[in-house]
Amino acid sequence: MSLKVEIAHRLGAFQLEVAFETSGRLTALFGRSGAGKTTVVNAIAGLIRPDRAKISVEGTMFVDTERGIFVPKHKRRIGYVFQEGRLFPHLTIRQNLLYGHWFAGKGEDAADVGEIVTLLGIGHLLQRRPADLSGGEKQRVAIGRALLASPRLLLMDEPLASLDDARKAEILPYIERLRDELRIPIVYVSHAIAEVARLATTVVVLDDGRVREVGAVAEVLARPGMHRLVGRQEAGGVIAVRVTEHDLKDELTVLASKAGPLIVPRVDAAIGSELRIHVRARDIMLASQRPVGLSALNVLPATVVEIGDRSGPTVGVSLDLGGAHLLARITRRSLAHLAIEPGLHVFAVLKSIAIEQRDIGYVFDDREGER
Amino acid sequence: MLDLSPEEWSAVRLSVKVALWAMTASLPFGIAIALVLARGNFWGKSILNGIVHLPLVMPPVVTGYILLLLFGRRGPIGHWLDVNLGIVFAFRWTGAALACAVMGFPLMVRAIRLSIEAVDRKLEDAAGTLGANRSWVFLTITLPLIVPGLIAGAILSFAKSMGEFGATITFVANIPGETQTLPSAIYTFTQVPGGEAGALRLMTISIVISMGALLLSEMLSRQAASLFGRR
Repeated sequence: MSLKVEIAHRLGAFQLEVAFETSGRLTALFGRSGAGKTTVVNAIAGLIRPDRAKISVEGTMFVDTERGIFVPKHKRRIGYVFQEGRLFPHLTIRQNLLYGHWFAGKGEDAADVGEIVTLLGIGHLLQRRPADLSGGEKQRVAIGRALLASPRLLLMDEPLASLDDARKAEILPYIERLRDELRIPIVYVSHAIAEVARLATTVVVLDDGRVREVGAVAEVLARPGMHRLVGRQEAGGVIAVRVTEHDLKDELTVLASKAGPLIVPRVDAAIGSELRIHVRARDIMLASQRPVGLSALNVLPATVVEIGDRSGPTVGVSLDLGGAHLLARITRRSLAHLAIEPGLHVFAVLKSIAIEQRDIGYVFDDREGER
Repeated sequence: MLDLSPEEWSAVRLSVKVALWAMTASLPFGIAIALVLARGNFWGKSILNGIVHLPLVMPPVVTGYILLLLFGRRGPIGHWLDVNLGIVFAFRWTGAALACAVMGFPLMVRAIRLSIEAVDRKLEDAAGTLGANRSWVFLTITLPLIVPGLIAGAILSFAKSMGEFGATITFVANIPGETQTLPSAIYTFTQVPGGEAGALRLMTISIVISMGALLLSEMLSRQAASLFGRR
């Protein structure tokens, strides 16, 4: 899949001016509210007509204002999962699911429907009406409805934003399976870095109507400037790991990664499972020598790649750990004290308990490799 | 008490027929105009709105007289329809239906327009992304969602038609068996000595039919709401 987007659009005092290309399996459009994320996906879907734009998916031009091309939304075959679900209240769940399926010319092709219904776990809801569903169920049906229209691209605009944490945790695995098993390219809008870290292969960072960063998620999130966009609490990196061992006695799990073995509280995944872990920058300590007599179980050798803006009391330090990228956040005083500079070999210290269940993403199929 | 004479029965039957026709024939136009008023954005929208609502504020006699001028045999529209399509309104029951439709139209449009304005357009966008073009979106999303408004509008038009008097009698007169609807028949009874009993009988029928229509509409709306309305 390749998505090429160039948009210039004015909305009142807000000026959107973005251009990016992505071929990622799940591209996250990340940014604060008001950064222009929804405007971008609305333009891709054809819900708005941008002032100037060029938008193409897999070489098919949907919008080219210079050449006067504008393909109407119903002819684009771009699925859209809205923040509020937008299920049709007068139709049953089954009818909702089949709505786009029918327009895609598939009638009631039972195989497709059965597959999606099973994947999303919504079989028991088919005869109900949207009003009788919980928020999480509605969102799963909305995803199924979009998928059954056989889209060439799936847009998801903050599909979890209106749900509580428990419901979010319920839906995230389904999105991971869409990404890995159905292999439908997804553009996922979010202002929550935890979701981006867990789901995205590629990330486009939007700020105030402009693209600030584009690239593979592990790389972009480890850039030292990210904390300004992400927020101090949540900024961090993503690391790909494989489950190698469960220590039942101590209730710990050992993970293999490019950075070396990582020990975390017990993860509910079979040995050999591929996972990805969001490591927050504030949870990493740096040491100039290998520390001893420490309660933290993870001490990983690292090389300093880049040091961020030094104007505040804390500083972001980009690290390379054998090819994995992480971000650490330390005080300016420590930076001076340890004489940290690019190229220096250090040790990154990570407390096991800093990794929580919500930081762990599941990867169902790693054929694409880089993530 | 309800021992009606053949003439009285014919007035009742005619009234119901006229009201049903007025309601049914004006429904498509009502939907179209309500859509234009709810969704359209064009020059002259308030003028169109004014014209639609005129029958509500003008004396019914004036409406009836305008209809006579336009749709009478010599009127520009009436003459054309007579010559080209063989449709005659003047002094026929069809004319009574036309007068009733025009008088009930503002009520119908108002009810439908309100329900269209209440439709969440985001649902229509969602249907669009699922492959439905504008006509399909209207048929499968908008129309079902405004069913309660359609019912309300149709019943209002029907009830108005059952009671319409001024425009009808001005346009198509008061011909027993052809244009003498319930109100005209009641009026006739009140004009002759000893007609009170007949007037009372017809009044009772008129109240029963109107009340029945209202109850039916209430029931249908509730059903539609439980089926479609909840989000």
